[in-house]
Amino acid sequence: MVMMTLDHRSNYLEQVRAALATVLYPVQALVHLPFSASSWLGENLASREALIAENTRLRSQNLVLRGQLQKLISLELENMRLRKLLDSSQRVGERVLIAELVAVDLDPFTRQVLINKGSLHEVHQGQPVLDAEGVFGQVIHVAPLNSTVLLISDLSHALPVQVARNGLRAIAEGTGDDTRLQLRHIPINADIREGDLLITSGLGGVFPPGYPVAEVALVQPDNTQAYATVVATPLAHLNRAREVLLVWPDDPQAGLPAPPTGDTP
Amino acid sequence: MKSNEPRGGKIIFFSFLVAFALATLPLPEWARPFRPEWVALTLAYWCIALPSRVNVGIGWMAGLAVDVLEGSLLGQHALAYAVFAYACIRVHRQLRVYPLWQQSLSVFVLVILEQMLVFWINGVVGRTLPTLLYWAPSLTSALVWPWVFMTLRDVRRRFAVS
Repeated sequence: MVMMTLDHRSNYLEQVRAALATVLYPVQALVHLPFSASSWLGENLASREALIAENTRLRSQNLVLRGQLQKLISLELENMRLRKLLDSSQRVGERVLIAELVAVDLDPFTRQVLINKGSLHEVHQGQPVLDAEGVFGQVIHVAPLNSTVLLISDLSHALPVQVARNGLRAIAEGTGDDTRLQLRHIPINADIREGDLLITSGLGGVFPPGYPVAEVALVQPDNTQAYATVVATPLAHLNRAREVLLVWPDDPQAGLPAPPTGDTP
Repeated sequence: MKSNEPRGGKIIFFSFLVAFALATLPLPEWARPFRPEWVALTLAYWCIALPSRVNVGIGWMAGLAVDVLEGSLLGQHALAYAVFAYACIRVHRQLRVYPLWQQSLSVFVLVILEQMLVFWINGVVGRTLPTLLYWAPSLTSALVWPWVFMTLRDVRRRFAVS
């Protein structure tokens, strides 16, 4: 009982949990083994033609992306220069790390996943996690070799967002369903339309601002209610992604745990 | 003389490891809510077979491991499994002489008890569960119980765990 209260109310037990998670990691690694083995086999036994085709495709994609990147770099430089002129403190450079999802099932009624990076890789609690398309979730438990990520679609997760078109702010709450987020407390006359892109607003202090989160799928202004029903579809592949990006927003915030010292990954 | 010595602790430990692996094995999305409570079943078997060795303390530790594996509140399954182990030990004499299908019914009730504790704690901390499917594991647990029982009984005899 005492243990549950402590775990619910505070962070004292995080170290206990981390220690136990390390002890139990071999079990999870064992469960993951057939999946990593099959993907390894798939990669190694792919035919030459398939590899050549994939290579060509990736090469052309790389070319396109690099072209876009050049534009982005110049834009970023310009942005930084202008921000400096305005004396704004927003940083642009962010450190990222690719983590792989471990193929184990957690509690089926919460939306959580396990990733194969932990405090040895300087992952910390509350760290934002993205995938290639958009915001994925945030780290809630950290062990030395793995950590647990709470998806943005979990019932207990809420994310401050804004509409990219006009900057309207809102809170996107998870519904327990991977394809739906709900926007709460949007007045019925607010300027929000289906197809609007929602981006992180950075107000919660957890997620860096400006990352795409979801697309508004349904707006239902109900005249008998004070607020409209707004449902959005997450852009990240919450139930299909296999690799995710861990982001260090790079601004020294108070209250963050100190990075581990003495152990280099 | 020799039969009174506790032996085969490694086998019991290993059976729990297998149960943990089964409890986290990825299933297709539709099958996930129906996963039997493998750890609880393993715990129930050992509580019925060897109540002097596997007791409330072991149940508590197994529950703690499940909490860490599933990412639930630390101590939630620990409490539920401790109570579950206690209940199993309370009725182990009756359960031993029941035929298998009757054991399954008892296991159904016991697993419901365990799930209800987890459900209450979830309710207290404000995690509401959306569907009735939450209760499906007690049914599937009762369905797989005869196989768990026979497998573990064979293991126990084969390795002479006592």
